[in-house]
Amino acid sequence: MVDYSEDNKAMGSSTGQGSADDPAYTIEQALSNLQQTDDPSARYYAAWWIGRFRVNEPTAIEALLTALEDESDRSPDGGYPLRRNAAKALGKLGDVSVVPALIHALNCSDYYVRESSAQSLEMLGDERAIPGLIRLLDGGVEAAQQVEGKPHLSEPYEAILEALGTLQAKNAVSLIEPFVNHFVPKVQFAAARALYQLTENPIYGERLVKALQETTLQVRRSALMDLGAIGYLGAVDAIANTLAENSLKLISLKGILEHHLTQQPIKQELDDDLVHLMNVMDSLL
Amino acid sequence: MEDQDIQSLIERVHKADSAVKLLTAVRSLASSGHQKAIPILIEALGYNNPGAAVAAVEGLINLGDMSVPYLLEQIDGYNYGARAWATRALAGIGHPSALDHLQEAALTDFSMSVRRSAAKGLGYIGWSKLSGLKVAEGQKKAIETLFKVLDDPEWVVRYAAVVGLQNLAVSLDEKSLVKSIFERLEQQLETESELGVCARIQLALQEIEVLGGKI
Repeated sequence: MVDYSEDNKAMGSSTGQGSADDPAYTIEQALSNLQQTDDPSARYYAAWWIGRFRVNEPTAIEALLTALEDESDRSPDGGYPLRRNAAKALGKLGDVSVVPALIHALNCSDYYVRESSAQSLEMLGDERAIPGLIRLLDGGVEAAQQVEGKPHLSEPYEAILEALGTLQAKNAVSLIEPFVNHFVPKVQFAAARALYQLTENPIYGERLVKALQETTLQVRRSALMDLGAIGYLGAVDAIANTLAENSLKLISLKGILEHHLTQQPIKQELDDDLVHLMNVMDSLL
Repeated sequence: MEDQDIQSLIERVHKADSAVKLLTAVRSLASSGHQKAIPILIEALGYNNPGAAVAAVEGLINLGDMSVPYLLEQIDGYNYGARAWATRALAGIGHPSALDHLQEAALTDFSMSVRRSAAKGLGYIGWSKLSGLKVAEGQKKAIETLFKVLDDPEWVVRYAAVVGLQNLAVSLDEKSLVKSIFERLEQQLETESELGVCARIQLALQEIEVLGGKI
């Protein structure tokens, strides 16, 4: 699940150095801020900004790769804030030459660097990332425990499982399956989502449909986005009936619609399932 | 329903001291179908309680034409959230007197969910409630507005405009108008960037051809 709040956090930390809407903050400035090392917070912001505005230039890539190895910017608990932002930005620029560096970053001691790297590797869609992602599943569900005193598990399982699904890691199916029963709902859904993408077995689509009945809105929203991402046609009516904003239901249904449109030429007669789907969308406007 | 009963339903809305109580009170009032519920339901649009607002909008739509004058009267100078909900109610009712308001909302509201429901609403106006000459004028206005809405930056608003135009096309008798809608949608298909909207345009073109048989 993409976490937009991260972007907001980066925005918030930018006070005084030019915000996203500030026309005075230019690509040149972002690049020079990223290349300098005197002001860590300006560098941190520049890394975020370059990803946000997709500054896909060789100098940007080079500076982000350097930032991904940074040792200077450390958080009190030993994390690498700049590396996190660099890893995120590299996923957004769409340049697969950075894949080996991101694979390497999957071994970083900072959980959030590993998470951002896994998400970026998913975005870049390069299957070279599969073995490195699979390695993070070592120990299986038993090892996937809460880290004491931290708000997260031992590895960023949600991001790892989603990436393996998107990257079509067929050889990972048996490793992913046990995670459907993990104690954290979001991990369960990420596993179901990946397994549906890898096997197209409706059991996994139905697992996500069931999540549309969960009592917390946040979980239902997350299931809506997952169903849209995997294009599970069997979910259409359940999506319409779940308790959530129509806007999110419409995005989810559009995801399913487009998933099926890419499999058949658009000029062709629309099949009944898709017509039904669009009728449901109409009713939610 | 007796006047006394509606009064007690209204009282329950005013006395609700929690979000859940407010929601259930608005729901009961909405399902009363009583004209006296209208001003209170409109008031409930401004309570910043989405559940209650949804229930109130449904109630107002079910009350139909009766609520239109109240909605139009209250809509100006209202807080933004309430205005958005009232627009949805007017779109759902489809009374021609809301045409100006829906046009403005579809083109200029800053919230895409308001623009989207106003756009759909423009395609579902009950023209029979207007007298002869005004019908042609109103239909032309609705179509011209929706053509502009097809340029909205948000896919969901363009999608809603297609839905509105399809319904207009299949419900209109005037062949030249139907033809202009058909051609505009064909043209949109050439430039539309979102696959999902393209599919909806294709469906609209099919429906207009099949049901209309008038192109």
